[in-house]
Amino acid sequence: MGSQLFLQIGKLSRLILRRDRVRILAWIFSFVLISLITVVAFDDLYSSQDERQEIAATMENPAITALIGKGYGLDHYTVGAMMAHQMLAMTLLIVGIMSILLVVRHTRSDEEEGRVELIRSLPTGRLANIGATLWMMTLTNIALALITGVGLYALGIESMDLNGSLLYGAALGVTGIFFAAVTALCAQLTETSKGVIGLSFLILGVSYLVRAVGDVTNETLSWFSPFGWVLESQVYVNDYWWPIVMTLVVAIVIAGVALYLNAIRDLGAGFIPTKGGKRHASRFSQHHIGLTLRLQKTSIISWAVVLFIFGATYGSVLGDTEAYFAEIELMKEVMQQPGVGSMTLQFVTMIAAIMAIFSTIPVMMSVFKVKKEEKQNRIEHVLATAISRPKFLGHYLLVALITSLIMFVSGALGLSIAGANVIEESVSFSDLFNAIIVYLPASWVLLGLALVFVGLGRFNGLAWLYLGFTFVIIYFGGILKFPDWVKNLSPYEHITSVPIDDFSIVSTFVITLVAIGLMVLGLYFYRRRDIKG
Amino acid sequence: MVVLHAEGLTKQFGKVQALNGVNMEVKEGEVYGFIGPNGAGKSTTIRILLGILKASSGRASIFGKDVWRDAVDIHKRLAYVPGDVNLWSSLTGGEVIDFFTKMRGAEIDKKRKENLIDRFQLDPTKKCGTYSKGNRQKVALVSAFAADADLYILDEPTSGLDPLMERVFQECVMEAKEQGKSVILSSHILSEVERLCDTVGIIRQGEIIESGTLQDLRHLTRTNLLIETKTELTLQGLPGIHDVQQDGNTYQLQVDTEHLDQVIQHVSQSGVVKLESAPPTLEDLFMRHYEGEAGGVK
Ligand SMILES: Nc1ncnc2c1ncn2[C@@H]1O[C@H](COP(=O)(O)OP(=O)(O)O)[C@@H](O)[C@H]1O
Ligand SMILES: [Mg+2]
Repeated sequence: MGSQLFLQIGKLSRLILRRDRVRILAWIFSFVLISLITVVAFDDLYSSQDERQEIAATMENPAITALIGKGYGLDHYTVGAMMAHQMLAMTLLIVGIMSILLVVRHTRSDEEEGRVELIRSLPTGRLANIGATLWMMTLTNIALALITGVGLYALGIESMDLNGSLLYGAALGVTGIFFAAVTALCAQLTETSKGVIGLSFLILGVSYLVRAVGDVTNETLSWFSPFGWVLESQVYVNDYWWPIVMTLVVAIVIAGVALYLNAIRDLGAGFIPTKGGKRHASRFSQHHIGLTLRLQKTSIISWAVVLFIFGATYGSVLGDTEAYFAEIELMKEVMQQPGVGSMTLQFVTMIAAIMAIFSTIPVMMSVFKVKKEEKQNRIEHVLATAISRPKFLGHYLLVALITSLIMFVSGALGLSIAGANVIEESVSFSDLFNAIIVYLPASWVLLGLALVFVGLGRFNGLAWLYLGFTFVIIYFGGILKFPDWVKNLSPYEHITSVPIDDFSIVSTFVITLVAIGLMVLGLYFYRRRDIKG
Repeated sequence: MVVLHAEGLTKQFGKVQALNGVNMEVKEGEVYGFIGPNGAGKSTTIRILLGILKASSGRASIFGKDVWRDAVDIHKRLAYVPGDVNLWSSLTGGEVIDFFTKMRGAEIDKKRKENLIDRFQLDPTKKCGTYSKGNRQKVALVSAFAADADLYILDEPTSGLDPLMERVFQECVMEAKEQGKSVILSSHILSEVERLCDTVGIIRQGEIIESGTLQDLRHLTRTNLLIETKTELTLQGLPGIHDVQQDGNTYQLQVDTEHLDQVIQHVSQSGVVKLESAPPTLEDLFMRHYEGEAGGVK
């Protein structure tokens, strides 16, 4: 029977490919394209060694290390070293997201909706479905590794040899395989696909933060994070392959545990028990707003906690940052260095903007829930009761606005509580708190845009793409030297960076107006279109 | 020949005892009706028979093979349709049907497939994501009946079908039976079970409380009588009569089958003008077992 556990894994793999070929190709294509474009841009913008050393000097501080990872080869900052330093960690994070989303589709989602039961009723092995999923993820990530590696090498940049380029690709691929295995394991633990996604993203995020804190304060800590391992390969500088092999081995062990747990559990069951729900709706849930909030409660609380931890993590490295800049100032007293305070502040505003963008994710997810409800034919039940359509969507909007407040406040609290604790002098609690809160109106613009797409009933992906764009602007805007008009397309850019600059009432007001305009437009479109389900 | 044999199946989900000693036997060419209220344990039993869930204790075999250990071999000769069918939204109905057939290792019998698609009035070119519940169920039914299986396991397969399609479904089951195939049909629709099934098992709170041929079971139950007599009847004191309705000298009542003889003898003394008797419907049988029961599980 052992040999039959994986029976028909080939045909099931082909089914996955049939369902996901476009999705998989789109992911791989995006990774390759973005990696290549970035290299070309670096090579173009920083063509001389002097220019690169100049940039390297500004990168050598704890704040940047926490954000993007340790830099290797900073004393001889080649285009390759720059690429591995600036891009690799963030790309790994997104590769992780790809793996999580792809794996959950074919494991717990399919199981939850009874498709795995159908497959199991056919002459297939007990582990064929999860086996096929892991196999396809392995192939996908190998393809990603090879295409990226060869692509980078093909650019013919001096510091990017074949070995290093293949290592760069392998770092992406092995991270993808690692998080595919982690997700497969999580799929054995919780009974719902939402739970699997939540748990896997938590592991992904915590891994990144552990590395951030570890890289700044304690090297040993970074060894508890897969990001720590993979980045230790020091691509384009020392080109170590052993971290890749090590990560792969751990991934295989995790996948093995996932397969074992899958084999011994009942279909539909998970190892973390779910508790039963309430028998009656509370008075609160009997209102539509209350019900909407109630349905999103778990998600709101989880995100709030995550953002608090996120804020606290970066808040806690502010102390090291301040100390570092103070030291530099002592050494280079004569040079026209900006003060310690403003250097730390520079970092605070960057973190604040990034956190603001992250905080916008749950806000947008909150309105997009309407779409999901619609897809699953649940809206009819609600709309059939006496509630008008704009009011119905209005309730979702209200809940999303409440969500935005909760998210921003919890992230800001995390940053300012942890930050105020470790910072000696340069920044105060309220400075840190306000640094994030000022971005609220920008998140409402994104919320308004999401509402427009809900109103139109399509193109949701564009709203996410736009959020991704705003992130790229903040994250790479400086190093890639985007022209101003491109930067101006992001609402986050129009918010003045408190506490470096003064708070601007005018720009806040204008951005809020734009947000309101988009929201009204969304409600208007929604009233005019057919409800599909 | 016995196709399916189950003995003392129990299943525990944490603290919930879903099955509590289920016995079943299905013979070749037999249609076995599996009825019981929601949460009684029908689907759980079926999933154990499919080797998808592992029984906590007890044994079950299909085609003489163990349902858990030899699941793969058994599934080559078996087709299953669940009550709530979800399919892959990016695939068309036709693609799904072909996928199932190929997974069974069979060549696609185009004529048979087209014929079934026609009869169920399915549009196989549409993506599964756009199908209604009934249409998804049709896809599963077409794939099942297009398969050359020896045993069909159908778990409330008609819950999304309209009456016309239900008829087509019943025809398909009858045809399978004529070809000597066995069917397990779990259902809420008693008329359907009555029309199709040779044997019936009634499950309640994880236990089969009654099983046998429809004939057998009817012996256990009441007969409906309509009697008109010349003189007034005194029914008081007679054993085994229920739900008496009187309209002049016309009486409608139910009699426990074991007391039928006694009642008829008594009635005949009053000069019978008219006597109609109707066999109990499965409905009656069912209701009698569940009188006062709100559901399977408290
Ligand atoms: N995965 C599970 N976990 C816990 N309890 C379950 C699970 N599956 C079924 N049950 C319980 O077992 C009982 C039988 O369910 P089921 O077999 O689905 O009933 P039926 O199909 O007859 O409606 C019900 O009380 C149900 O709540
Ligand atoms: Mg059921």
